[in-house]
Amino acid sequence: MIDSAAPTLLSVNDLIVEYPGKGFRAKPFRALTDINISIAAGETLGLVGESGSGKTTLGRAVLGLAPVTKGTITFEGDDISHASRRERQRLSRHLQVVFQDPYTSLNPAMQVGDILAEPLGIQGIGQKASRVRVKELLDQVGLPGDAIGRLPREFSGGQRQRVAIARALALSPKLIVCDEPVSALDLTTQARVLDLFLQIQRDTGVSYLFVSHDLDVVRHISHRVAVMYRGEIVEQGPAAVVTSEPEHPYTQRLLLASPVPDPDRQEVRRANRLRLVETQREQDVQAGVAV
Amino acid sequence: MTLPIASIAPTGQSGVVVRANTVKRILTNPMGIIAVVILTIMAVVAIFADAIAPFGENFANIAKTLAAPDAVNLLGTDSAGRDTFSRLVFGTRITLLSAILCAAVAIAIGLPAGLIGGYYAGKFDSVANWVTNVLMALPGIIVLLTIRAAFGPSVWVSMIAFGILISPGYFRLTRTAVRSVRNELYVDAARVSGLSDSRIIARHIFSVVRAPIIIQTAMVCGVAISIQSGLEFLGLGDPTTATWGVMLSEGFKNVYLTPTLLLWPGLAIGLAIGALVLLGNAVRDALEDAETIKPVKKNVEADAPARESRESRKTPAAVAAGTEHHLLRVNHLGVGYPQADGSIKKVVDDVSFHVDRGEVLGIVGESGSGKSQTAFSILGLLPDNARIVAGSIQFDGKYTVAPGDDTVVQSRLTPLRGARISYIPQEPMSNLDPAFTIGSQLVAPMVKVLGISKKEATARALKLLADVGIVTPTRTFAAYPHEVSGGMAQRVLIAGAISCEPDLIIADEPTTALDVTVQAEVLDLLRDLQQRLGVGVILVTHNFGVVADLCDRVVVMKNGRLVEEGPVREILRTPRDPYTITLLSSMLEDKEPMTMLVSSAKGSASA
Repeated sequence: MIDSAAPTLLSVNDLIVEYPGKGFRAKPFRALTDINISIAAGETLGLVGESGSGKTTLGRAVLGLAPVTKGTITFEGDDISHASRRERQRLSRHLQVVFQDPYTSLNPAMQVGDILAEPLGIQGIGQKASRVRVKELLDQVGLPGDAIGRLPREFSGGQRQRVAIARALALSPKLIVCDEPVSALDLTTQARVLDLFLQIQRDTGVSYLFVSHDLDVVRHISHRVAVMYRGEIVEQGPAAVVTSEPEHPYTQRLLLASPVPDPDRQEVRRANRLRLVETQREQDVQAGVAV
Repeated sequence: MTLPIASIAPTGQSGVVVRANTVKRILTNPMGIIAVVILTIMAVVAIFADAIAPFGENFANIAKTLAAPDAVNLLGTDSAGRDTFSRLVFGTRITLLSAILCAAVAIAIGLPAGLIGGYYAGKFDSVANWVTNVLMALPGIIVLLTIRAAFGPSVWVSMIAFGILISPGYFRLTRTAVRSVRNELYVDAARVSGLSDSRIIARHIFSVVRAPIIIQTAMVCGVAISIQSGLEFLGLGDPTTATWGVMLSEGFKNVYLTPTLLLWPGLAIGLAIGALVLLGNAVRDALEDAETIKPVKKNVEADAPARESRESRKTPAAVAAGTEHHLLRVNHLGVGYPQADGSIKKVVDDVSFHVDRGEVLGIVGESGSGKSQTAFSILGLLPDNARIVAGSIQFDGKYTVAPGDDTVVQSRLTPLRGARISYIPQEPMSNLDPAFTIGSQLVAPMVKVLGISKKEATARALKLLADVGIVTPTRTFAAYPHEVSGGMAQRVLIAGAISCEPDLIIADEPTTALDVTVQAEVLDLLRDLQQRLGVGVILVTHNFGVVADLCDRVVVMKNGRLVEEGPVREILRTPRDPYTITLLSSMLEDKEPMTMLVSSAKGSASA
């Protein structure tokens, strides 16, 4: 487990993200409401929720790709909620990203070597040093050295995701935002990529903000878990607690909705789920909420 | 086109890439090589015009007008005694230069505007669009005539003006290309890396626009030449410069005396424009085929053994005795796609299984395992170029694919599909037509298949919608697909699948696109309906949890082959095949968090 005294790397306080509404004087669309999270060095915070819950938006806000309306995002003590492009460039050394879709996150026109060298070049690292580093990176993510001169389309989904991970690792960042990095992968590939994420964390002490819709994935890789629902964080805490004895009704539903690979245990889980849904409905009715 | 048809599915990336082998492709294309040769000769002539031409462009020998070709004047002389050949040579230079000028002006305006407008959108984009619309609405010829009246008969001025007039073409082309990649994740990744906008545009976005710009430029040069020659032919050119258009105009005045004066410039114009159009086409062909990749591995097995085994399996058209009671029986099925080199790439190989009435069979496998191809061969919905290379499929005691059949016989399947075999797709939204209401999409098949009246079908559809757990059937019936959620759309499709009381439902990853809480509800619905109606179900999925929830029996597929089959408990609890073991060990449920998944399973897994 992570030492509780580990320094806080990233903290998000009372964050609100709004997108301008469509049309004249339209009400802005509020994607995130009052988000509070923090990540310590070497820690993984899993962010789980269904589509449209705002989990991806939160990751993008940390990366500076979503507009911060209110609240602060602090990275290593500096407020980065409205960082300029120049500050972002300095920040990119410590803050990186792995996206969901390994097919569109790599430029199809660039060779893998150039893709990996790009972040190095921006930080002013010389060509020779950068070539050595690229070789190192390919080795670290388990890709062959001849990948340098090849195009992304010559690789499978899992291999492309390894390239994307290598790009994120290029500058030895302190935090990597992982936006559904294994959702597009096959089961066995997913297992191998998750192993890679864990191995990298063990070797480098990097922190992850790990966004996924899959509670099993999040439980497997996270120290702490935050559950998002309709733009809010409804529950957060240690992974073992949140993913086994959740308190919030939505998390409870989410946990029981994920089927287990055994017919008899699944039957029990199904019965539990139906009972839970029924109880929650009764509670809602008693509380006077229209169903 | 001399290239083989692309054999690999599109890679899911937008944007065309200009690469070194593109040049090679253009040169191996007969159209391309002809165009390149013609244009190269013209360029050489234009550059060395002074050395090639025996006379100056306006050198006139008044004593020798409208002369026939001879040793001194290779192509004769015109009405002023000027050497036709020399004027043709100088004309090449001016014509080509003016075409390039025109394209350059158009690119210089359209390309940056398109890049900025497409990348930043916003105000600049609105203004640029407005200007574009105005430019496109202007009558080009009239503008050119006005400019000639104002600035005098200069080739250069008119070509600059024409360049401005056609710059919207470049603007629109660039803007569309940029907009399509602006939100690609690799652009986001570059922004996270702190790349400045100008470098993002230069490195990541410009590469996408490059190819269409090259093609467009070839076409634009051709158009520029024809417009310029046209203006000069009308007598609006500068009579003191030798261009093809001026020569054409000159020749036309003497068409009864020396018709050949018309021939040479006409020929030159035709050749130049033709070569440019051919070049544009060749570049486009070369770029569009650029995504062809040779299949390196997987499934490239010789088809000889397959054919052998097929010869030996010739059976009469009646199904094998003792198998009639199976609702569906797939027997040693092989499906393949012919390749350019004459071989057949097998995607399904020697697959056998059966489904009984009231039974749920799960087909499990990863992408590329052939599970969907198997499902589509049962439905008879394989692409046209697919071949059944081996085996048979029988439904309710009759062959739908008899042994020896090469393709699915549609006449046998059409009466079954929809009526007795129905289908639930993976993507609920893309399987509903956005132009029709949900109700009409449910009613139409019932009217056709069941032969009932529209009123009856409507009543049935409303009942079905209620049956699949939709609380407000009448409202959903009248709604358009975009007005309902993904889970709701999947319920509608399930209602459609059971509407004609089928015996077999094939569900291809029916819950993969749904949120996990919605998935649970849809699975409940499927289980409930299956038990109530007693239908057979084939559930294609990659998720063992879904299998555990619904299936009675399971087949596991890998690379087109069936690796294991058995009752659900047996497969999930005591799998025998190493691949099934690997798959199950990749499941995260019940695993110790933060431990290696694959490394811990290494002992038993060979895949």
